[in-house]
Amino acid sequence: MKQSLFESRHQAEWQAFGSVLDDLEQPSRKSASPSDFSARYRRLCNHLALAADRGYSSHLVDTLQHLAMRGHQQLYRHRGRFLADLLGFILAGFPRQVRAQWPFVAVAAGVFCIGLALSAALVYRYPNLIYALVSPEQVASTESMYNPDHSRLGPAVVRLAGEDWMMFGYYVMNNIGIAFQMFAGGLLLGVGSLFYLLFNGVMIGAVAGHLTEVGYGGTFWSFVVGHSAFELTALVLAGAAGLRLGWALIAPGQLTRGKAVRDAAKISIQLVYGVVLLLLIAAFIEAYWSSKSDIAASWKYVIGAILWLAIIAYLVLAGRSTHAPD
Amino acid sequence: MPHDSANDWNAALPPPLDTRYTLETPEGIDLSLRPAGLVVRVLAFGIDLLIRGALLGVLLLLLGGLGQVGAGLSTLLLFLVSWCYMVLFEVLNQGRSPGKLLMGLQVVHDDATPIGWSASLIRNLLRVVDLLPFGYCLGALSCLQHPAFKRLGDLAAGTLVTYRERPSSQPALPAADPIILPFALTLAEQRAILGLAERQGRLSSYRARELAAMLASPSQVAPEHALQHLNGVARGLLGPT
Repeated sequence: MKQSLFESRHQAEWQAFGSVLDDLEQPSRKSASPSDFSARYRRLCNHLALAADRGYSSHLVDTLQHLAMRGHQQLYRHRGRFLADLLGFILAGFPRQVRAQWPFVAVAAGVFCIGLALSAALVYRYPNLIYALVSPEQVASTESMYNPDHSRLGPAVVRLAGEDWMMFGYYVMNNIGIAFQMFAGGLLLGVGSLFYLLFNGVMIGAVAGHLTEVGYGGTFWSFVVGHSAFELTALVLAGAAGLRLGWALIAPGQLTRGKAVRDAAKISIQLVYGVVLLLLIAAFIEAYWSSKSDIAASWKYVIGAILWLAIIAYLVLAGRSTHAPD
Repeated sequence: MPHDSANDWNAALPPPLDTRYTLETPEGIDLSLRPAGLVVRVLAFGIDLLIRGALLGVLLLLLGGLGQVGAGLSTLLLFLVSWCYMVLFEVLNQGRSPGKLLMGLQVVHDDATPIGWSASLIRNLLRVVDLLPFGYCLGALSCLQHPAFKRLGDLAAGTLVTYRERPSSQPALPAADPIILPFALTLAEQRAILGLAERQGRLSSYRARELAAMLASPSQVAPEHALQHLNGVARGLLGPT
């Protein structure tokens, strides 16, 4: 068949398909896709294959290819039900994924906790060590924050609502940024994640050890116990996500390294979603609960313990039933 | 016109010399994408950087007057703009941040489907690694050595930055009397002749004649008549309108 005949015979069909695509590509589209969309798309693919095989002109082949590309993007797009997916992820998907990746979680938790415990113990035993890790100005500002006599967290000052807002913003920004870096560091064969895990563990441990040693432990521990459940867990999980990514590069198994990393990224990004949620909760608790100074410290410890138990129970137990939670 | 063997007239076209990225779909057709190179992507990123800077400047000025609530809001905004700007635009605006939109680029999955939340988040979080050790060195190196110009974030997320194809308007073919050749043309020759006819409007007349002389030299047409001859062949291939 000559090209002109082919074109004149099918031109109307291509134009109709093009206008269906225009309609589907509208961002605020209400109409459902026509029921014969896939049949029309397959016909177009057929025409494209014919046109290419018969050596029709570039303009015709390119036009058909452009239409086929748009049809392909509509037919194979990944459409999710956002709310249902989110709920399913929180109730089951995330804890399942954490359990499935337990070796990485265990390594990340081990590195983080060892760094934390070691530096806390050493700084507590040898107080001057803190100046090797943290600059004197920072030590002074941390001390003034947790000084029981004149702290802005202490009983003397009642914090304003505005300040809670400010601190919420700051915690979100700071902690999620750190978590993202921990995850991304995994691409450097996991070394970046290990470094950030160790670094953050050592820093937090050093500050904790130092404040306890100078006698500000009461304010410090009652302040951090509430949100630490979410914050430290989230940091460990972010590190685990990074390690998963790095391990795919080190030991890709039967896959090529590129494919292994792509697969690992799909898994570990789920951990990152969960980490973001946990850190948002942590920032909320930190800004609106931990900083409340008119609540007795004993209450804070009780609530803190409950939160720790809750997060561990959630990660260990949630989503064990085989029924889809929806 | 040369014939290597009798049965190569319907041989598939040779792989293109350019950076085109072909993708076979389940329907058995080849879609071709044109991946965008380093320079145009740097320009798009630069535009996005300027827009983000301006956005932050305006917002910080506005929120500066609100005291501590404003300070909290502005740190939240700083976070949103620095980590989520690209993700939000890519997912909600068909893979195009404003910079990419201006440069005619688009981010898609490796299978040419529109980018989703996961892939966009992966490629933009891993930007941190592409930034290392300074000024996108790793990203640029990865981009330059990869056949589809992927940076590390693209490799892990399975995404591709491509040019957005725009449909071209119907070219007018030069007038000529149709000629039917007494022998079969190969697919490549047929496409070349039709391509020359379609692109003549955009070529200078000297260049068109030069190309026609090269294309027609095996068929023993005098160089000065080659163009007219090939236009006639193209008309003959297209058939009566």
